[in-house]
Amino acid sequence: MKTNSKLLSAPYTVWMTLFIILPMLLVAWFAFTDRSGAFTLDNILSVGQYSNVFLRSIWLGAVATAVSLILGYPMAYIIAKLPAKRQSVMVMLVMLPMWMNFLLRTYAWMTLLEDNGLINAALAALGLPRAHMINTAGAVVLGMVYNYIPYMILPLYSVLTKIDPSVIEAAQDLGANDKKVFLKVVVPMSMPGVISGITMVFVPAVSTFIISKMLGGGGNLLIGDLIDMQFLGSAYNPNLGSAISLVLMVIILICMGIMNQFDEDGSSQEGGLML
Amino acid sequence: MNNTIISLKDIAVSYDGEPVLSGFNLEIRDGEFITLLGPSGCGKTTVLRTIGGFIKPDAGEVFFSGKNITALPPHKREVNTIFQKYALFPHLNVYDNIAFGMRLKGKSERQVKETVHEMLGMVNLSGYAHRGVSQLSGGQQQRVAMARALANEPKVLLLDEPLSALDLKLRKDMQVELKKIQQQTGITFVFVTHDQEEALSMSDRVVVMDGGVIQQTGSPTDIYNEPENAFVADFIGESNILDGLMLEDYSVKFAGHKFQCLDKGFGTNTPVDVVIRPEDIDVVQADSTHITGEVTGVTFKGVHYEIIVDVAGFKWMIQSTDYRAVGDRIGLSLTPDDIHVMSKSAYSGRFGDYSTFSDEMEEDMAATEEAIESGEGQADENQL
Repeated sequence: MKTNSKLLSAPYTVWMTLFIILPMLLVAWFAFTDRSGAFTLDNILSVGQYSNVFLRSIWLGAVATAVSLILGYPMAYIIAKLPAKRQSVMVMLVMLPMWMNFLLRTYAWMTLLEDNGLINAALAALGLPRAHMINTAGAVVLGMVYNYIPYMILPLYSVLTKIDPSVIEAAQDLGANDKKVFLKVVVPMSMPGVISGITMVFVPAVSTFIISKMLGGGGNLLIGDLIDMQFLGSAYNPNLGSAISLVLMVIILICMGIMNQFDEDGSSQEGGLML
Repeated sequence: MNNTIISLKDIAVSYDGEPVLSGFNLEIRDGEFITLLGPSGCGKTTVLRTIGGFIKPDAGEVFFSGKNITALPPHKREVNTIFQKYALFPHLNVYDNIAFGMRLKGKSERQVKETVHEMLGMVNLSGYAHRGVSQLSGGQQQRVAMARALANEPKVLLLDEPLSALDLKLRKDMQVELKKIQQQTGITFVFVTHDQEEALSMSDRVVVMDGGVIQQTGSPTDIYNEPENAFVADFIGESNILDGLMLEDYSVKFAGHKFQCLDKGFGTNTPVDVVIRPEDIDVVQADSTHITGEVTGVTFKGVHYEIIVDVAGFKWMIQSTDYRAVGDRIGLSLTPDDIHVMSKSAYSGRFGDYSTFSDEMEEDMAATEEAIESGEGQADENQL
């Protein structure tokens, strides 16, 4: 039996070594070497000069995550309360945009938000003043929320549907009105879903580069764009790019560590995806 | 203390157009331990949920201490429920679970602490205050659920098959404990179960239900010794139920013979059902009595043997401490005291002959039904 399971896991071990562990080590190796391959701390040290980009990325990522949570929670709650048949239809609708190509979706927002785009055309037709929307931080947040909100709604929905209705009844039975039931039972019991939702939105939002490139213009450079530039852009420097990636990874790990700490305070219940 | 605390008047409830209760009436007295007993689907849980406020009846009224509470939501009712699957808050520890209701009522933390420890003492869980509820065994979770409900100082406690998930020995212990707590606190207990033994051993009064209708209400001894119809006779304990003819007062004819009995008031030559409990039948020599038959099955049950005897095609069950081998011809002897006569009812002829089915099979069938009913809920629980 033991050898069997070892044999079975071998392909996965090989895969993980080749495509996860090894690349990570490579990133680390690149980050601590210069072009000639000699050890240096210069790359890591020079990451500091991009701290404004880091801050902007984290800030916009956090805002997008917060908006996704505020919009996604009620949505997930409403879906979880629907009759089973309609639930699956609604979940389908939430996932539907994800079937469309990511680039295309973001591009569509460009045409909507442009100074001469559809929204402004509609505003003009109604005799209202035009609004400048494209190439703003707001447009970037909008793009992030639009693209990543399903990753917030789905884990929340799956946690909310698993709450035993008799636990809700027990709370009512003990004297809790609807508001108290929600605050004291539903919210705490859905924390694992909140945590995984935040993780699944925050991490890709912080490191995105397409959204900021297409909707943010030049003034809203994010870490993702910075890394992109080091590998594919004009400022070709894979060593610096690796160093930035490494620092970003550490920052995200710290953020998630703090999040998980919160979760452990709340409950030891499993059910949510944890990073 | 015979004041009515809860009364249900002409309650009608239906699920998806399927009536479960209609014109249902029940009075519950203050301080009594009353049990709603019946097979699954008989409407007993519906009655409980109507009292708890989780079901709004289509028609009829619920009174609590004389006040109409039909429209009152659950959180405003002075009753608390113990749920079948305990329904403890998984995100709270034992202490916070028990404190939940008191904190909602705005009690001071000092008071809360005092009551929680008092409750934990009552349910024998002192020292468990800071455990997570998922670390507890089923029996312990059940006690926490008890403590949580009692901490709210309810006037009435509703218990929805609270012991059905526990194993036999633990269930017996909990029965004793529940009864003790009920006597200690003087709180009215409304207990729902499909387990007749549980109902008999704990209750002051048992309400036997089937098909949404009360079949009989009475003390445990009454419903066991004087069942009103074939359903009650069969559901409570084991019974041989025979077709009989009440010739006159104190004289009944069944199994081809005339017997003396203690029943009267059925008129003359009235068709009746005759109940004979298996433990009341004496096994004697085949030639010394009216009823003789051949043993077709023997099962050892511990305290006694369960012997199935074929008497002219009707299979009787006898419980006897003496062993009889399959194929033996034996005689059955009855005294007037052993014979109980009931009026004919819709249930006549459906129960009481041990040739067509066994209780075990019935239980299996009921269990399967229940498993299907609660299958969804259980799956949810497993995922958690």
